[in-house]
Amino acid sequence: MDSALPPLAAYAARLGDDSLILGQRLGEWCGHAPALEVDLSLSNVALDLIGQATHFLGLAGAIEGAGRDADKLAFHRDVMDFSNCLLVEQPNGDFAQTIARQFLFSNYQALLFEQMAQVKDERFAPIAAKALKEVKYHATLASDWVVRLGDGTDESKTRMVAGLNWMWRFADELFVMDDVDAAAIANGAGVDKAALRAAWDARIDAVLAEATLARPAARRPIVGGRVGRHSEHLGHVLSAMQFLQRAYPGANW
Amino acid sequence: MNALHGPPAPSRASVVHSREAPAVHIRAILADVPDPEIPAVSVVDLGIVRDVSAERVLITPTYTGCPATHAIEQMIRTALDAGGFGDVAIETTLSPPWSTDWISDAGREKLRAYGIAPPPKGAGASALKNAQAAECPRCGSINTEEVSRFGSTPCKALWRCKACAEPFDRFKCH
Ligand SMILES: [Zn+2]
Repeated sequence: MDSALPPLAAYAARLGDDSLILGQRLGEWCGHAPALEVDLSLSNVALDLIGQATHFLGLAGAIEGAGRDADKLAFHRDVMDFSNCLLVEQPNGDFAQTIARQFLFSNYQALLFEQMAQVKDERFAPIAAKALKEVKYHATLASDWVVRLGDGTDESKTRMVAGLNWMWRFADELFVMDDVDAAAIANGAGVDKAALRAAWDARIDAVLAEATLARPAARRPIVGGRVGRHSEHLGHVLSAMQFLQRAYPGANW
Repeated sequence: MNALHGPPAPSRASVVHSREAPAVHIRAILADVPDPEIPAVSVVDLGIVRDVSAERVLITPTYTGCPATHAIEQMIRTALDAGGFGDVAIETTLSPPWSTDWISDAGREKLRAYGIAPPPKGAGASALKNAQAAECPRCGSINTEEVSRFGSTPCKALWRCKACAEPFDRFKCH
């Protein structure tokens, strides 16, 4: 976590980092997806997420008040200053693994933004309300694919199960609460993420049932992304994403 | 009115003239600014322009990450400059979030003529499933199916007509 950021700015940065890193991950599929339609879908979801990141990181910079804008925060922070959850930095793997990640994350984000759209803070709520419409679409897209792959061929089912198993360990972190969350709630900007868990479980279970898939066995959760303890994967994501601004600081179109 | 603050108050008619005429004029200029991704419709048709006064144009983005957002602001700025309104602010708001219900009836007709099935009205709130079949903008058949939930731009899905066999874009409910 970027210790320089005051709590409410850190809260906005977490939201922005989740969207930014997942958007960057999905962008890796551009030109590589199994079909043109899938390529368009993943690129469009990536675009929505990077749009969210622009708003939330811009807000983080504005709250910090030190002259950093969204670009500065995206391209000029080091890996340990990023506060995204570990789920979004996981490798794309095959298409099923990418869909598993999207399925778990977008269903969480939809519940989160439904609540955040109602908070008192007039900076956070409008971003959440705006993004919510798009995130519901992402959740539907991913859920549809979980059903198609899970209730598909033996091969697609095997891959969908493997993808869910890989991603499942990182789901618990989505609902962990800490001091930053508490400060955001106290300021009328935050959401009680722990309280979203039951609704999330219900949504996930309903889709898994339709996909004829069992819920993955409970595992030891892996956490730490919110406080900057990342997997090796994030460094590789950043090296691609930040290269240009690191090599040519301030480069512009 | 305090006379110390300037010349005598103008008549009511001239107040209306000086306050409203520029806004009307600006609105007319905006009605000719095309959406950069779907040039058949204007930014007014799409409901992107939320409010117009003599001092300010308020716009809202369609999608959070729409890459056309900056282009739209630039095009509005250029059109205002060309129309002699160089001193008008362009402000962006996220709230309330844009909805396809704000696309005007004229805009819907222009979309259809351009080959894009317009979104059903009143569907903005329940966009989860495109439950209603789209009407083919070419032959009018509703014997159509969704090919891809996402199309060539964030605002469109890809559909196919089973009657005339043509693929077409459908403006997503949002
Ligand atoms: Zn047709």
